[in-house]
Amino acid sequence: MMEKVTETAAGERENTKHRRIPISVSVSALWIAFIVVVALLAYQIAPYQYTALDLPNRLASPFHPQHLLGTDELGRDILSRLIVSVRISVLVALGATLISACFGTTMGFAAAHFRGRVEQFILMLADFQAAMPFLVLSLSVLAFFGNALPLFIGLMGLYGWERYARIARGLAISASAQGYAGAVRQLGASPRRIYLRHILPNIASTLIVSMTLTFPEIILMESSLSFLGLGVQPPMTSLGNMLGYGREYMTRAPWIMFAPATLIVTTTLSISLLGDWLRDRLDKGLQ
Amino acid sequence: MTANILELHGISRSYSTRQGLFARKMPVHAVDEVSLSLQQGQTLALVGESGSGKSTTGRIALGLERPNGGHVLFRGSELPPVDTPAWRRMRTQMQMIYQDPLAALDRRLSILDQVREPLDVHDIASASERNIKALAMLDAVGLNASHASSLPHQLSGGQRQRAVLARALIMQPALLVCDEPVSALDVSIQAQVVNLLMDLQKDLRLSLLFISHDLKVVRQVSQRMAVMYLGRIVEYGETNLLLSNPTHPYTRALVSAVPVAGRRTRERIILKGEPPNPADRPTGCAFHPRCPVVRPECMSVSPTFSTLPDGRSVACHAVDAAQPTKEVGI
Repeated sequence: MMEKVTETAAGERENTKHRRIPISVSVSALWIAFIVVVALLAYQIAPYQYTALDLPNRLASPFHPQHLLGTDELGRDILSRLIVSVRISVLVALGATLISACFGTTMGFAAAHFRGRVEQFILMLADFQAAMPFLVLSLSVLAFFGNALPLFIGLMGLYGWERYARIARGLAISASAQGYAGAVRQLGASPRRIYLRHILPNIASTLIVSMTLTFPEIILMESSLSFLGLGVQPPMTSLGNMLGYGREYMTRAPWIMFAPATLIVTTTLSISLLGDWLRDRLDKGLQ
Repeated sequence: MTANILELHGISRSYSTRQGLFARKMPVHAVDEVSLSLQQGQTLALVGESGSGKSTTGRIALGLERPNGGHVLFRGSELPPVDTPAWRRMRTQMQMIYQDPLAALDRRLSILDQVREPLDVHDIASASERNIKALAMLDAVGLNASHASSLPHQLSGGQRQRAVLARALIMQPALLVCDEPVSALDVSIQAQVVNLLMDLQKDLRLSLLFISHDLKVVRQVSQRMAVMYLGRIVEYGETNLLLSNPTHPYTRALVSAVPVAGRRTRERIILKGEPPNPADRPTGCAFHPRCPVVRPECMSVSPTFSTLPDGRSVACHAVDAAQPTKEVGI
C-alpha cells in the first residue's frame, strides 16, 4: 500500500518535471527579472536625473522626442522618475517582506518551543496585529515619528508578520508532536539544530509562497501610504508617490499616473502568478 | 541473573482535559501505577489495545515525558529532566523506533545525512569517520550506498524502517524502545524487520521495550510481556506462559483473538462493548463491564496483584476461582 502511494507520487513528480512551464508564469518571471535589473541599475539606465527639470517641455505627452514617457508638471522626465521609483519601491517591499518573514517565523518558533505563557502572549500579539487596520497603525506611527526611509521600511516590516508566525508555529508544533522534529529531539539535538536544520528547510516552501503573497501587498500598501502623502517623501520618489502627485493632473496629463499604475499592476500580478505556481510546484515535489 | 537496565516504579501520568466548553478540567489517567523491569539484553513486550497507555509508558521509560508519580531508573539512577544537557547526553544510551518511519524521517535530507546525524549531534568521531560509520551501520541493517544517497520518500516502507533503525543504533544505545515498529508495514516486510531487530539485538546486546498489539510478533521477539488495560497492567510475566496459558480474562480474550491458520479448534472470546473512556474509569476493576467472568466484588474493589506459582503477576479477583483448564495458546 505504502509503496504504491510512493510510486504514484514519484510518477507525478516525473510528470511535473517534464511538463512545460505555463506561458503566464514564464512571462511573469521574465518581468520580475526585468524589474529587478531595472531596480539594481536604476541610476545607470535612467536617461535623466530624476529631479532634473526641463521647463520648456512641461507636461509633454509620451513619445516626445526627448522624453519617451513624457514629462510631469515641472518638466521632469517620467521614465527616469519611474526607474528610480521602481528602485525605491522594490527596496521597501523587499526589505519589509524579509523583515516580516524573519520576525514572524522567529515569533512562531518561539511560540512553538516555549508554549504556555509565551505562546499565549505571541498569539495575542498576532491577533492584535490582525485585528488592527494596518493603515491606521502606520498613519499614527508616521504622524508621530516623522518619516525616514529606514523607519518606513521597518514599519512596513511589521506588515503580515502574524501570518508567518501562525504558519511557523503550527507546522513546528505538528512536526514536534509526531514527526521528524520529535525524532530529532529524541536523538539529543539542541533546539537550535532542530529549528534551523530540520524544521526551517521543511517549511521554507510554505513561507516562500507566503512571502510572494506579502510582497505585492506591501507594494500596494507603500503606494497607498505614499499616495496619502505619508510614505516616501519628495524629492525622493516611489511608485505610490508618483501616483499620488500625478492625480492632480489626471485629466490634463493622465500619463503621469498611468505609467506607475501600470507598473504596480503588472509587477504585483507577476509576483502573485509566480507565487501561485511556486506553491503548486513546491508542494508536489515533496508529497 | 543480570541486572535490570530499566526499572519503572509505580509510574503514573495523567493529562487534564476539558469535556465541554465550560466543563471543569478532568484528569485523565493515561498510565496508572505501572511497575516494570527490563533486564540487560532481554526484550519486554508491552501489549494492549489502543488507548491503553502503552506508548505513554514507552515515552516515560525513555524520559521523553515526566511521570506525575513514581520514578524511572535507568541503570539504577533516575533520568535527568527533559531538554537539559544531561538529558541530551543520555540519548546516546537510549533510543526509539517509531510506528511511521516516513513521519520520523526528515523528507529533505538524504538517508546518509540522517543516519549520521546522531554522531553530528553528539560530536562523535571526526567528520570523515562519521560517513564511514554511517555507511557501515546502513550496511548492517541491509541498506547499500545507493539507498544512503536517496531521500526517504524514494525508499519502501521496510527500507525506511531500516533507516530509522540504523539512525537509532548508530550510537550503540543500550536500550531501544520500539513503539509499534512493524504495524505500519506489510506482513512480508514485518518479518524481515523483526528478524533484523532480533539479530541486531543479539549482536549489540540491546535491551528492547517492544510496544505492540500484534501477539504473534510479541511471541517471537520477547521473553517477558506485560498486558495493559486502561493505563494499568493486568498481567505480567513470561511471554510463553502468558500466551499459552493466559489467566487474566482480558489476556485470554486477546490471545483468543489471534487468527490461526487452518480449522478453528478453540472458542473465540469476543469482548462486549468499547474500551471505556479513561476519563470516566469504571469503579473497581476497570475491566468489569466487559469481563466474561465478572463477579460482584469486581464492581467495587480494585484487584491487587497476586503472584502465581509460575512467576507471573495478575490483577484479577477471578484468578483463584477460574483455573485455566484448557490450553488456548497460539
